[in-house]
Amino acid sequence: MAVDVAPLVSTRSPRGGRVRMSVSAAHRGDARMAWLLIAPALLGFLVFAVYPTLRGIYLSFTDFRVIGDANWIGGANFVRMMGDEVFWNSLRVTVYYVLLSAGGVIVLSLVTAVILHRLTTSTTIRSVIIIPFLVSNIVAGVIWTWMMDSQLGIANELLEAVGIPRIQFFTDPAWAIPALAAVTVWKGLGYTTILLFVGLQAIPVQVYEAGRLDGASEFQMFRRITIPLLRPVLAMVVILTIINCFQIFDLVQVTTKGGPENSTNVLQNYIYSKAFGQFDFGYASAISLGLFLIMLVITFVQMRLSRINESDTD
Amino acid sequence: MATTHIERRKHRPFSIGRAAGWTYLGIVLVVTVFPFYWILRTALSNNKALATDPSSLLPVDFTVEAFRRVLGIATLAEAQAQGGNVAGFDIGIYMRNSVIYAGVSTVLVVLFSALAAYAFSRLEWRGRNLVFGVLMVALMVPGIMTLLPNFVFIKQLGLVNTFAGLILPGALFSAFNIFFLRQFFLGISREVEEAAIIDGAGRLRVMFRIIMPMAQGPIVTLLILGFIGAWNDYFWPLLVSTSGDEVRPLTLALAVFRQSAPGTATDWAGLMAAALIAAVPMFLIFMIFGRRIVNSIGFSGVR
Repeated sequence: MAVDVAPLVSTRSPRGGRVRMSVSAAHRGDARMAWLLIAPALLGFLVFAVYPTLRGIYLSFTDFRVIGDANWIGGANFVRMMGDEVFWNSLRVTVYYVLLSAGGVIVLSLVTAVILHRLTTSTTIRSVIIIPFLVSNIVAGVIWTWMMDSQLGIANELLEAVGIPRIQFFTDPAWAIPALAAVTVWKGLGYTTILLFVGLQAIPVQVYEAGRLDGASEFQMFRRITIPLLRPVLAMVVILTIINCFQIFDLVQVTTKGGPENSTNVLQNYIYSKAFGQFDFGYASAISLGLFLIMLVITFVQMRLSRINESDTD
Repeated sequence: MATTHIERRKHRPFSIGRAAGWTYLGIVLVVTVFPFYWILRTALSNNKALATDPSSLLPVDFTVEAFRRVLGIATLAEAQAQGGNVAGFDIGIYMRNSVIYAGVSTVLVVLFSALAAYAFSRLEWRGRNLVFGVLMVALMVPGIMTLLPNFVFIKQLGLVNTFAGLILPGALFSAFNIFFLRQFFLGISREVEEAAIIDGAGRLRVMFRIIMPMAQGPIVTLLILGFIGAWNDYFWPLLVSTSGDEVRPLTLALAVFRQSAPGTATDWAGLMAAALIAAVPMFLIFMIFGRRIVNSIGFSGVR
């Protein structure tokens, strides 16, 4: 976390008594000015973050359907969720997608970052691999549905050229999630690689030189030096990637819309279809709350497991 | 950079490991870039001819008709002759909407975040740390929790299908922006500011004349990252811009275009032309600010 911690440390120098007097004079009227300056942000926070969060929790205990009033129905939505086969399927699909995509992004970007770090400091290469991060999931989805099209896609042309039968990437239930994960990896690889690369740059070169003098191989140095020293950054990257993958929605909307046969009906997609397909806002809110709790637990467990604020060097 | 490169080469002779490393990087770069070439190649193809040679590396039956279709300068007959989407796609309007949505919301949220960050870093008032801590809790709440209730609220205000409805929820507050700018403001020396105050400058004057210019770098970083985020945003515009084209941004229009024309074969050439045009502003930003984006990502990881 060396990269991020630096600015956390205030650079204010200790002040002497004489200076403090002039400071307190300079700060007369600060309180009123401060509340004035934070007023817009505070308003946005209260109206568009706090209020909707509380309202979302409230709605999840009601049968709200946009038209008409919200009636309190207690925990009925949650009971319904427990018995909802489609919900459990969505949860399974989401977890499967997160494992594939987050796993793929993390492993591949770690490999890429390490190789990049050991071979070159070129900003050009780093700039090029970041390009997919700049386009929307929609554009990414449009490109890849075309490239993975069962009839005309270049991916299938290549498979055929090497003698592998064509794959119905987005229309075969078995392939739809792996295909989505592949697009996610393509789009997220560069961003994550750069985060890890910055972390690697913070490791002192001397550590590697000492390792080499002791006759360590590249792989030994990776295991004994890189991974332990990178762990705080790695832990942060793992949480960010998992949380991001849990929130997949737009990519699914532009490629499969949840199909075929609910095989890509991830939680956000299910919430959306409940809320805006069937106007079942109460139930949709209950599932949102469930998703939020899942993400909260993951973050918490992950932070405990990785002791995010510590490094092995401490 | 070139010299260090040569020096390294001298130090370390050819090895299988290095060759394998470069091969791996080469593959990663090709896989990264190839799809963008493939959009261009498809966009410059004749949609009806695409099926005849799906693996051709060059455009099939080269034509710019797909771009003319998408830009709305082809006639209906021409579009249909090319296997085009009959439903109109007025990219100019969507582009305008995206610019307004992404531009206004980004500028506003960075401005309001800067004001708040100034209060949290340079002013001394009771409750400062408490309020800051409470605001930072918002970093934990995922979008999905607030989206549905926010939509209900915007609907009750009658702001569905308006720019206000599109922009408002994200324009006032960003926990990340405030955190990011506060860190930077804390690092600016107090002396400059206090000298100005003793000279009789007001707080706002100090903020806009001294602090903001000194914080140009971080502010531009947030503007770029915010603009990219808003330009690519999909879920919120999908909820708010439900009918018609008045406020619908480009990403949403692209998704709608992808799903329209049921029954007929997809207009791949047109779709790729539209996707390419949608991505052009991002490429421009990349060409102008590429290095800054790369450098700021390391920092933005805090998010």
